[in-house]
Amino acid sequence: MELSEQLLQYLLSGLSTGAIYALIGIGFSIIYNSTGIINFAQGEFVMLGGMLTLFLLETLELPLWAAIPLAVLLATITGLLFERLAIRPLRKATPISLVIITIGGSILIRGLAMLIWDKDTHAIPSFSGDEPIMLGGATVLPQHIWIIVITIILISLNKWFFNHTISGKAMRACSYNPRAAGLVGVDVRKMVLLSFMISSAMGSLAGIIVAPLTMTSYDVGIMLGLKGFCAAIIGGMSSGIPTVIGGLILGILESLGAGLISSGYKDAIAFIILLLILFIRPQGLFGKPESERV
Amino acid sequence: MISRFARITITSILLLMITSVSFAAGTIKIGALFSVTGPPAFLGEPERNTAKMVVDNINKTGGIKGQKLELVVYDTAGDATKAVQMATKLIKDDKVVAIIGPSTTGESMAVIPVVEKSKIPMISCAAGSKITEPVKRYVFKTAQNDGLAVSKIYEYLQKHKHNKVALLTVSDGFGASGREQLKALAAKYRMQIVLDDTYGPKDTDMTSQLTKIRASQAQALIIWGTNPGPAVIAKNAKQLGLKIPLYMSHGVSSKKFIALASDAAEGVKLPSGKVIVSDVLPKNDPQKAALIGYVKDYQKHYKVEGDHFGGHAWDAVMLVKAAIEKGGASSEGIRNALEGIKDFHGIGGTFSFSAADHAGLNKDAFVMVEIKNKDWALAK
Amino acid sequence: MNVLVFVGIHTLLAIALNLLLGYAGQISLGHAAFFGLGAYSSGILTATYSWNPWLAMLVTASVVASVAFVIGFPILKLKGHYLAMATLGLGIIVYILFNEWVDVTGGPSGFSGIPNLQIGSLIFDTDFKNYYLIWIFVLGCVLLSVNLANSRIGRAFRAIHDAETAARVMGVNARLLKVQVFALSAMICSIAGSLYAHVMTFIAPPSFGFNISIELLTMVVIGGLGSIYGSFLGALLLTTLPEFLRFMNDYDIVFYGGLLMVMTIFMPGGLVRGIPQLFRKIRGSGKDKGNANA
Repeated sequence: MELSEQLLQYLLSGLSTGAIYALIGIGFSIIYNSTGIINFAQGEFVMLGGMLTLFLLETLELPLWAAIPLAVLLATITGLLFERLAIRPLRKATPISLVIITIGGSILIRGLAMLIWDKDTHAIPSFSGDEPIMLGGATVLPQHIWIIVITIILISLNKWFFNHTISGKAMRACSYNPRAAGLVGVDVRKMVLLSFMISSAMGSLAGIIVAPLTMTSYDVGIMLGLKGFCAAIIGGMSSGIPTVIGGLILGILESLGAGLISSGYKDAIAFIILLLILFIRPQGLFGKPESERV
Repeated sequence: MISRFARITITSILLLMITSVSFAAGTIKIGALFSVTGPPAFLGEPERNTAKMVVDNINKTGGIKGQKLELVVYDTAGDATKAVQMATKLIKDDKVVAIIGPSTTGESMAVIPVVEKSKIPMISCAAGSKITEPVKRYVFKTAQNDGLAVSKIYEYLQKHKHNKVALLTVSDGFGASGREQLKALAAKYRMQIVLDDTYGPKDTDMTSQLTKIRASQAQALIIWGTNPGPAVIAKNAKQLGLKIPLYMSHGVSSKKFIALASDAAEGVKLPSGKVIVSDVLPKNDPQKAALIGYVKDYQKHYKVEGDHFGGHAWDAVMLVKAAIEKGGASSEGIRNALEGIKDFHGIGGTFSFSAADHAGLNKDAFVMVEIKNKDWALAK
Repeated sequence: MNVLVFVGIHTLLAIALNLLLGYAGQISLGHAAFFGLGAYSSGILTATYSWNPWLAMLVTASVVASVAFVIGFPILKLKGHYLAMATLGLGIIVYILFNEWVDVTGGPSGFSGIPNLQIGSLIFDTDFKNYYLIWIFVLGCVLLSVNLANSRIGRAFRAIHDAETAARVMGVNARLLKVQVFALSAMICSIAGSLYAHVMTFIAPPSFGFNISIELLTMVVIGGLGSIYGSFLGALLLTTLPEFLRFMNDYDIVFYGGLLMVMTIFMPGGLVRGIPQLFRKIRGSGKDKGNANA
């Protein structure tokens, strides 16, 4: 087999993994930008997406087209409850207490998922079959196409929301200066709630579209969440294109790393990039320097 | 300040000392350490369920020589520190005469110094061969050594004239031990390892490794891991159109694997304990009675199919029972009796322990199976 | 006895993290890495290269402290959530190293054959002897920390914690102090790791993973940020809890997550401050309305 064909395969595999990192990363950024919180429970919503879909499909025997929106809805409600019950009651919200409470939340959600369902890994059927599609010398699955298409749609929707709707603009205002936004009549608390809902919806959808490829279990959220965060950091915590590029870069580097260097150290790649970016360019690969984060 | 600290310390020490130490007359206490939660929960949960079930059955049928068994189970969550802590508690507070478990090789290795020092026999349910090699006086094990599974695969490959293999092993204790054995035994069976790669236990896409393998000279791919990794690999291999046959380890010999990999599982071959093929085993197989009994019982109690992980606990409890019947309910008696057990037909195989062998199985414990029409069949 | 040995080791780790988190106000989600570096380095030096265990412990501690000092500069430049993520990444990279560097660390199968500590002919090979050994270290560490907390340096830490800019203006070299306390904290963890390795005689990567970092954080938060006794209390509670929670079966993970959240919301000062407050409230003389935890 030609090296160029191998490279093409690495690239395609990397792109589809990267698209998922991008979606999760954007979920992080949305919350961060409107509240300044890094939601360590973000990965758990990815898990919830997969597990809820599985539950609706297998236990309630719903068809796929009904199970997916319902799963996203349930995950969004969980996100709403999480904000109401964990984030809002914090009297003195310091960054440390926020980190701790979102970590506590992620442990709790993971534990509940383990109790409600089980500790096993489960498979979810692909949206449209498993027949490989040839692309040059490489192959992809129909599910990969779904992932790419849904990611593009979601990101466009997201961009439209933040640029062209009142709520979106209000959320952006909160991200620049919550006090000023409050003064001009933006309900900051509502925007915080909204950001949690949007990001849990996006996270859960990411979890649903990858589940047919990666399978799902109560503990898939940790690693996916962390990788998503790395994508967001590379993109400078932007909730738009830079984070998408960050996710894709990460996915491709991981796939090339596993193929050409060593698969054992593959996971280290993401975190080494994370540290390098934080040390050298905390504003992200594409951002302009900003004094806020240092 | 220091005095306040000392006061807190002393109070806590006193509190800890008076923790529940209970003695129930007429019962024999056995301890169990399983990782019921944490990453190895897929081992610990069926093991705990099985151990409880077996002990209940023994007690319902009159116990051992009129004495009831009491099982004290602690969860180790796959953590060596907790395993040591709980082992000490079992020995010091619960005063057990023998310990079953832990579930993983790492935890077992950590607990060995504790049981050796306290002279309490332990029957580990983990596979790593270094648990009983070299032989430790009080340590036995029921899970088949990885080396036996490797031999079985290599033998099969030799029979089918394949000698160039690629390895893809998971980077955790199970995969590392398998990889060691695969490399160590290759020369003996004249296997040439053309590619040796690994993947992480949480990885979700292995097409990169498989692309590399596809470009190599390998005639067969041996995958060493536990669910879900191997299922992902089987799916990825199907996606890439990988032509060479896939061989897996006994780590995936449960229906779970077939459910996860679905169509991609077809044609996969693996060495397995006999549990999963109990119904198609020849009638004269000495293990058949035990296997069918276990599968039926587990199904009745827990509504799911019993697997060979649970089988390790079944063997461990039944071995302890046999040892108590022969050597009495003291720790030393159990240990000595265990060492003398010959031809014990259990779930994992036919055990014959000796002073030089505390693992007790040979490679007949495994059969090569192939996945056909989403079910197990004996491979030819 | 045995459990108290582990309570001791955990107390050391919790105090180390508390120095950083409670006094200097800097979070770390990767402290298990220093614990692991101590354990592995001591283990490898004594078992593979037959060093004297005490010398190995000393050399390891100094090397780990120096490494922490060097990486402390870029890493502590980050704040809040960014610092949390960077330390988390660091922890995961070190964990991957333990797992993948098979020739040296034994990889996932673990590393065995580590000798017990020894003074003259006294070998620390029983729980009873180890208990005294560990608690002498704990007492030393407590003395050091109490003195540190009440010294000029301690006051400077508190100043940084409360108002960094003001402290800087007053001539406190905030950055250097933070890096110093980071190095000290890493050193204590490394010593705890060395002790752990010699007590256990066998070590494996899962004992130094992300979960352990989170468990340490939980100990500190539950005990009380900035309180040495709190660290002890948190370590005692979390180490002995699994023994008492046997009736809870698989529910303990939910319990931990819930506890972390409830504590952060309702008892931000931890048990050491929360319980006296609760008593005051019950007695009806609690008119301070939670100001006592300042």
